[in-house]
Amino acid sequence: MDPVSALVTVTNFLLIPAFAYGSQLALGALGITLIYSILRFSHFAHGDVMAFGTMVVIFTTWGFQSIGITGGGILPTALLAIPVGIVVMIGYLLVADRLVYRFFRKVKAKPLTFVMASLGVMFITNGLTRLFIGTSERRFEDGERFVFSVRDFREWTGLAEGLALRSAQFITIITAVLVMVALFWFLTRTKSGKSMRAYSDNEDLALLSGINPERVVTMAWVIVASLVVIAGTLYGLDKGFRPINYFQLLLPMFAAAIVGGLGSPIGAVVGGYVVAFSEMGITFAWRRFFSHLLPDDMAPAGMVQLLPVDYKFAVTFAILVLVLVFRPTGIFRGKSI
Amino acid sequence: MSDPFLIGEAMTGGYGGADILHDCTISVERGEIAVIVGPNGAGKSTAMKAVFGMLQLRKGSVRLDGTDIGDLSPQARVRAGMGFVPQTGNIFPGMTVEENLEMGAFIREDDHSDTRDQVFELFPILRDKRHQAAGELSGGQRQQVAVGRALMTRPKVLMLDEPTAGVSPIVMDELFDRIIEVARTGIPILMVEQNARQALEIADKGFVMVQGRNRYTDTGRALLADPEVRKSFLGG
Amino acid sequence: MTVNWRNVGLFGAMALVLVLVAALQSWQLALTILNMSLISAIMALGVNMQWGYAGLFNVGIMGFTAVGGLAVVLIGVPPVTEAWAVGGLGAILGVLLGIATIFGAMIVYQRMAPGRLRGAAIVAVVVVGWIVARYFFAPATQAIQAVNPASEGFLGGLGLPVILAWPVGALFAAAAAWMVGKVSLGLRSDYLAIATLGISEIIIAVLKHERWLARGVNNVTGIPRPVTRPVDLQPQPWVQELAARLGWTVSETAAILSALGYTALFAIVLGALIWLAEKALNSPWGRMMRAIRDNETAARAMGKNVTKRHLNIFILGSAVCGLAGAMMVSLDGQLTPVSYEPLRFTFLIWVMVIVGGSGNNWGSVLGAMAIWFLWVQAEPAGRAFMDFVTSWMHEDSGLRAHLLVQSAHTRLIIMGTALLLMLRFAPRGLIPER
Repeated sequence: MDPVSALVTVTNFLLIPAFAYGSQLALGALGITLIYSILRFSHFAHGDVMAFGTMVVIFTTWGFQSIGITGGGILPTALLAIPVGIVVMIGYLLVADRLVYRFFRKVKAKPLTFVMASLGVMFITNGLTRLFIGTSERRFEDGERFVFSVRDFREWTGLAEGLALRSAQFITIITAVLVMVALFWFLTRTKSGKSMRAYSDNEDLALLSGINPERVVTMAWVIVASLVVIAGTLYGLDKGFRPINYFQLLLPMFAAAIVGGLGSPIGAVVGGYVVAFSEMGITFAWRRFFSHLLPDDMAPAGMVQLLPVDYKFAVTFAILVLVLVFRPTGIFRGKSI
Repeated sequence: MSDPFLIGEAMTGGYGGADILHDCTISVERGEIAVIVGPNGAGKSTAMKAVFGMLQLRKGSVRLDGTDIGDLSPQARVRAGMGFVPQTGNIFPGMTVEENLEMGAFIREDDHSDTRDQVFELFPILRDKRHQAAGELSGGQRQQVAVGRALMTRPKVLMLDEPTAGVSPIVMDELFDRIIEVARTGIPILMVEQNARQALEIADKGFVMVQGRNRYTDTGRALLADPEVRKSFLGG
Repeated sequence: MTVNWRNVGLFGAMALVLVLVAALQSWQLALTILNMSLISAIMALGVNMQWGYAGLFNVGIMGFTAVGGLAVVLIGVPPVTEAWAVGGLGAILGVLLGIATIFGAMIVYQRMAPGRLRGAAIVAVVVVGWIVARYFFAPATQAIQAVNPASEGFLGGLGLPVILAWPVGALFAAAAAWMVGKVSLGLRSDYLAIATLGISEIIIAVLKHERWLARGVNNVTGIPRPVTRPVDLQPQPWVQELAARLGWTVSETAAILSALGYTALFAIVLGALIWLAEKALNSPWGRMMRAIRDNETAARAMGKNVTKRHLNIFILGSAVCGLAGAMMVSLDGQLTPVSYEPLRFTFLIWVMVIVGGSGNNWGSVLGAMAIWFLWVQAEPAGRAFMDFVTSWMHEDSGLRAHLLVQSAHTRLIIMGTALLLMLRFAPRGLIPER
């Protein structure tokens, strides 16, 4: 019986990774929910736009490294490259809006036409990403790899069980929290942020109140660009960059947004963590956890894993199905069903 | 005779298809309450929307304080000093009462806290619920939020589209009291009302519309006294 | 019925393009493109039923085609007797117990009063059911996968005529569609999209990882074909005679004949489907579907059960996709789960439907042919284009080499652009709905 070790092993292999992954999903889902509430369509290009933004950050990182600008060996250089990525992505998304979505806004097209258009943008963005950087995995993390390593932890505590905190995870969590606080501050405390919420709440009345819809839409894209670049870079630092992985993030990100309540920013954040913790908790091998808690002769023989990791999508899907069946508006009562 | 403060004169037009309004005139004088009444489908709301610029007029003109505003968009008319409370969807349900008022004042660059305080004085219940989401309030309270929101631009004239639709008679009386109070602050009010009798009781001027045309136009008192009007529109 | 010369012209142009490919490149290539075009046309037809007739947005086409492909393995491949002996019973029992667990949980949910007790009972049913199912399933699948793992290691199929797998593939897809549709139809239209995206990822995950079922990422190859293989045609005297008369090589002739066999089969299926779809579209049922699509509220007010009708058509359309998926696997003679990519199997089909003209069956067919042709030919064209664009660069330029290697991806950009241009300038497609 060793509950401390059990807790340490769960923290190391489940809680920290899931918290980091959840933060990445939350940032992605925030973007989806924002587009949904301002532009009123499901943005299927989200994963690929994220990949494109991350690619820009990677190229900038390499450029910075080649001229000797780095994070000083402590922080990843990619953090310095994020602003460049954001600026490029703002340009990219605004051009996409002007060339593609604005026309459909003007003719008041059905939501699904917008979705279809976002499929076109997805194709093009995906093609560009693959054309520029290829399909293979890229690692671009540099600087200090660990905030503290397993060995550090063992030395401090004298425990046999190890606990490590990777820099990428630590940076992910800190950055995500800062970004979320900043976004919520913007939405609830500034006139521009409130005008976005007003537009999302009641478009006609927002128009009557003198809120300029094009300005709101532009602000939304600017925020979405920042969110996708930050989320994509954090995900890439944590798990490496491959375009296909970003496409596959679409399902958990949408699930997070829907679980929380499509159109509700706070819901997107909560949904991100719900999806991440369920995905990882159900595909986690609990053997070590139980072997610390139970007497030796009762220690489990198998992995005590509810589902193989390959089926993490199935977990996401199951959560989605449960929400759709029992509470289609999501935890935080998003817009209509 | 000088021009009324706000007048939609000889308006003819509709939503693109057949005309709904035929040579219809609606107006309100400074410091007065004017109401538009009539049976369902008479074009009451349409007439008000025409004054507010929400439909294209084929003939006629709209003048505010002597200036022709016929070419202005609804948004521009708000800037020109018109406040409008739509019949439905007239609040931001997900935002707090205070934020609703703030959004009402969106086009104002100056400090609008004094106007907000005036609204709170007119509608004390809103001060108590200022941090509550407007969508969670009762029907009558929502209408107060809606009127308060429109007052935030310090409009020179306030237009209400069926403010008492769907509220109980008690709440309706209270709302009318509030509207009279708003009018006492010097803002002329033009409103469309389904509850003709109560509306005409507080009205300085009444317009009875039938099939997109003016049928009777007189003071509220005179219309209430008119046996023809009573028989056809007020149920005897 | 009047002949629509514009449409005849469009199809004529398509045929001409294929003949040009045959003349300039090769007959074999032209037939390969044609055969995949026909399969794509069937997929597009299925999607068009959902989208064009009912306005349902299915983003899981890949999953429905893959599950159709699985049917070919389960029906056409001969059973692996040894694998059945060591674990067939356990695997089947495990799966059945798993399904029973889900139903058990559903029954508990329906029968018991809401409350903590019900929640606890559901959790108990799921946990116990899962452990029991796992108890039979895990050792059985391990044993199956240990049987001759280099070439078998799976249960195999029933060894029935492979053509039978086509309707079964449709049934599989229909079952998957019923599950998804039951959950997500009747809610906002976007929810169906997300749910189908999810089910298709899960189907692919199952295909990749359940090695006892269809060998997972090890692929099943050498699946029996409905048409004689070129190798078996070559020794035939009549084939050799025909080759001599045409002046072609024997192997070429055999390959073309075999491909033509598929063309005939696919054309029959496509023809039958179009006939049925057109019949359905012009029947009272088809008119009702379109009425629902155009004004759901009014249709509901008239007492139509919109959700149920949507479920019908969603299942039907998905079944057609499953049929196409089965046909594709029997054309290739192999099931390769890793080759199922959403861009290729879901979103490309969407481009076909939108470009062709949503709501029009012939439009879907034309769109499928044109887009598939573009997709195949855009790869070499993209390479040639990139070669031209970078020709000013130095021969050894790393950037040039990189761009040339990645040039195949330009076709994604072409597809996206085509989709956006159609949506913007010709939203009704090449052959608009009547």
